[in-house]
Amino acid sequence: MVDIPEHLLLKTAEARAKALGISVEQALAEMRGEAEPTKIEKEPDVIEVTPIEVEVKETPAPAAEVKETPAPAAVKEAPAPAPEKANGQVPTEVDFAPETKVTQRLLTVVKAKPIQKPTSEPVDKVNTWPHLMLPEFISLMAMTAFLIFISAILQAPLLEEANPNITPNPAKAPWYFLGLQELLSYWDPQIAGVMIPLLIGVAAFMAIPYIDRNKENKPSKRKYAIMLWTFFLAGAGTLSLIGILFRGPGWNWTYPWIDGVWFDDLLDWVHFE
Amino acid sequence: MKNEKIKFKDRLKDISSGLGDSLKESTLWGSIFRPGSPFRKGYSDSPRNRSYVVMNNVLYHLHPVKVKRHGVRLSYTLCLGGLSFFTFIVLTITGIWLMFYFRPTEMAYVDIQSLQTSIAFGSLVRNMHRWAAHIMVLVVFLHMSRVFYHGAYKAPREFNWVIGVILLLLTLLLSFTGYLLPWDQLAIWAVTVGGNMAGYTPVFGAQVKFALFAGLEATEATLLRFYVLHVLFFPFIIVIFMAIHFWRVRKDGGISGPL
Ligand code: HEM
Repeated sequence: MVDIPEHLLLKTAEARAKALGISVEQALAEMRGEAEPTKIEKEPDVIEVTPIEVEVKETPAPAAEVKETPAPAAVKEAPAPAPEKANGQVPTEVDFAPETKVTQRLLTVVKAKPIQKPTSEPVDKVNTWPHLMLPEFISLMAMTAFLIFISAILQAPLLEEANPNITPNPAKAPWYFLGLQELLSYWDPQIAGVMIPLLIGVAAFMAIPYIDRNKENKPSKRKYAIMLWTFFLAGAGTLSLIGILFRGPGWNWTYPWIDGVWFDDLLDWVHFE
Repeated sequence: MKNEKIKFKDRLKDISSGLGDSLKESTLWGSIFRPGSPFRKGYSDSPRNRSYVVMNNVLYHLHPVKVKRHGVRLSYTLCLGGLSFFTFIVLTITGIWLMFYFRPTEMAYVDIQSLQTSIAFGSLVRNMHRWAAHIMVLVVFLHMSRVFYHGAYKAPREFNWVIGVILLLLTLLLSFTGYLLPWDQLAIWAVTVGGNMAGYTPVFGAQVKFALFAGLEATEATLLRFYVLHVLFFPFIIVIFMAIHFWRVRKDGGISGPL
């Protein structure tokens, strides 16, 4: 058998001394077989002495072994497992059941939660199928049916081929920009610019959640915010309607019922014969 | 209420009762429809199977197994976010179909004309694509208003609102780039008006306009540029942002509320 390095022997002896409550020299002597092994009343706490990651089944207490085999050979077998680990030898008496080998340990259980500020109060929930997926499916079908229906009765506009030399009067942007076009017609773009106000506008929209620090979501507790958005909707709607229906050649004011509609997207709707 | 539930249950069971048992017992059938699917043989409507329908389905990437009760009431979301997504899907399908018949060159106008006159369903599909585009802009905007009125942008959903604003911009850009493609007087002048506005950017105005038009004014080079942006670039980007948007809806704890 391989000789045990001195420092490991010492370490084991210290551990043994601590477990049995004897002096280190005594323990060392015992391990070398130079002294009678100490009799112990209570079993030493093996786990506390040497942290091992194996669960050893029916391992005889080290002290008991020493008692049975006081011969020098016992030095290698009797002490707690630290030296065994060091020289890679496993005493034959120890019954290693492979299935009891611990290869992983549970550190903690992490519960699945939303990434931010989880609400942990119980909530009233229903199964997604069918309570959400069926209405979704029906909406999808209804939407498709509606689209096919209006596409069958309303013809998308197609005017004459593009001609950069013939400028229509008025030249209008797509309808969702007409409110903006109307608004911009009030100031001179050469001076005020267009893109900068637009970018500021977009940034302002993005900033809404960071500006509105009111935590309430009850309408009665956020009257101001609701009022602002409603004003915005009304303003945007009015400007768009003016741009769509009440602006004619030269961006002059026209009445759709007198001067006609200058809005080609609605071509098929207004020439509906 | 109880009565209604039983009726509903029976209906679910019958979804695929018309199909023969031999077909539903085949390996092929069983490999397509995973356990819990109402199309599988011997499906019964149990809470366990209701969970499996979602969990064993690709839709699990979109939906959790259970959702808040108030969230499924039509009156809460009005399905506006869902409808934004549906219109986008309709636009993708009809758009791909239109691509078969459209060349972003001097032939663009002729292609649209012949699409309408000599190709089966050409006119219908073009109309669907166009009206769906208008509807998508409208629906996305209404969805945004619904979110605002519910205060659904408040913590922890602040950033999903920001992503939403990006989605709105992308929706407008998709619509705007598509507007030019028919290459008629409506298209070219609407885009010219829009592009000229971009030209009023201080300092870089001329450069911005040049980059947008691929030249000094709307030409066929602009057409090609808008086409590539419209059929490839913006759809690609918007799909990525939609994925993040949907993911955040779930990670922020599902739908907001109840009020
Ligand atoms: C292409 C455009 C968009 C699509 C496809 C889309 C889709 C969706 C869907 C499916 C939902 C789930 C709840 C619902 O249906 O209302 C949702 C929620 C949400 N959306 Fe959008 N959305 C879009 C644009 C926007 C815009 C423009 C905003 C705001 C600027 C926005 C902000 C939000 C927020 C904050 C939520 C969470 C709402 C809640 O928890 O109640 N989205 N979106």
